[in-house]
Amino acid sequence: MVADLIEETVVQLLRDAVTTLPPDVIEALQYAESCETSEVARSQLRTILDNVDAAGRLSVPVCQDTGVHVFYVTGPVDASIEESICMGVARATEEIPLRPNVVHPLTRENSGTNVAIGLPHVIYYPTGDEFLEITVLPKGAGSENMTSLAMLPPSDGINGIKQFILDTVVEAGGRPCPPTIVGVGIGGTSELAVSMAKEALLRPLGLPNLDPELTILENNLTEAINLTGIGPMGLGGDTTVLGVRICTAYCHTASLPVAVNLQCWAARRATARIYSDGRVRFGRSPFDP
Amino acid sequence: MILEYPLSKNKVQALQLGQIVSVSGTVFIGRDEVHMRALERRHQGKLLPVDLEDGILYHCGPIMTRDSRGWKVIAAGPTTSARMNKLEPDFIKEFGIRAIIGKGGMSRPTVEAMKEHGCVYLAFTGGAAVLAAQKITRVRGVEWLDLGMPEALWIIEADSLGPLTVAIDAHGNSLYDNVEKEVQGNLEAARLRLGL
Ligand code: SF4
Repeated sequence: MVADLIEETVVQLLRDAVTTLPPDVIEALQYAESCETSEVARSQLRTILDNVDAAGRLSVPVCQDTGVHVFYVTGPVDASIEESICMGVARATEEIPLRPNVVHPLTRENSGTNVAIGLPHVIYYPTGDEFLEITVLPKGAGSENMTSLAMLPPSDGINGIKQFILDTVVEAGGRPCPPTIVGVGIGGTSELAVSMAKEALLRPLGLPNLDPELTILENNLTEAINLTGIGPMGLGGDTTVLGVRICTAYCHTASLPVAVNLQCWAARRATARIYSDGRVRFGRSPFDP
Repeated sequence: MILEYPLSKNKVQALQLGQIVSVSGTVFIGRDEVHMRALERRHQGKLLPVDLEDGILYHCGPIMTRDSRGWKVIAAGPTTSARMNKLEPDFIKEFGIRAIIGKGGMSRPTVEAMKEHGCVYLAFTGGAAVLAAQKITRVRGVEWLDLGMPEALWIIEADSLGPLTVAIDAHGNSLYDNVEKEVQGNLEAARLRLGL
């Protein structure tokens, strides 16, 4: 693949991701606003929708925390891709602009470009496809900081999982900018559970889980969490979450890892598929989930 | 109601929980690092580059750009105030600020400090960065830019920045505490819905 094309595509992906929200997220917010019974909650949702509107018109980021960047790359991956992605992130930081968020963990010195050791974080899924597919998930700190992992005793089972998810959302309260989307990773190893919890957020709202049992669980969790009354921004109301997304993997017979990653209302994601002849197709979520 | 800098103790004490307001005039933007450095300076007996007394502090890490005419705000929504929980009671006491704009609320020690010194917490919709930027008419200055753009101390002029909800008043009441109590009461129903 041509390095320049990848870099260019990454800049465009970041521009799409941070200045507009995916249509499924906007629809969910509009629907929530129309259903809310609390006046405070309705005004919060209206402010969010007005803000998204203004961002789109002015082509500026919907939220000032443009996050740190996680990339999912599938296709014929090679060692040069990471460099092109990093160049794209640095350019996007300058051109859009994105907020320079990336600092050294101890000295807190800012790299200024959103690129430094470890970031952007690129996750590869090599395939024999002719095309390269790149998805970006910019993640703000307000919601990322609420991430939680439990290594449950397997005997806790499904009820333990439900309780942990409910507890995590309640504990987070208004801090992750609700209404949130709840990403859940069940099984795997500890780090795989956390990674799945974030990757689960790539599936658009309204698109059911491939496993019908999990779709039911997702819907039940959504309804139950919305009974808590945390509401938009934690100021009370019917809309605490827009949805729950679950990914699973097999795990050790003596383990039951569960991870939760909350995604604020600024649920930004964008995908591009780069074909070998140079064509690029843009979308807002992986094309073949 | 529009609140304007400088704010008096009486003025903020008259504000009621749940009231919708906006702010105009000078606003100081500061978050984690500003709190740390300001308190450090104060404990060393050094002066701050600006006087925060009777001021409005905005928990925000903005995106700014600079051209030949100076700094311009691109996006400036509120950041999570809870990160400042440990430092805020001291900050309120030492610098005499009268209002804090942020998101997510603050913990009991800050609520108590607000009651003791006369300060309120104004909740702004998290992430409403573009709407906020449109209400910021001018960037008057910046200090401590070495802390990085999101962490620097920015001095801005606002025109009806809002809508803001009085979420912690100057009498020890917090809307977040009220909602939390309601949530605790609703947990039983949520658990039942999940068959727990
Ligand atoms: S949690 Fe999301 S919406 Fe809220 S400030 Fe952070 S990035 Fe923006």
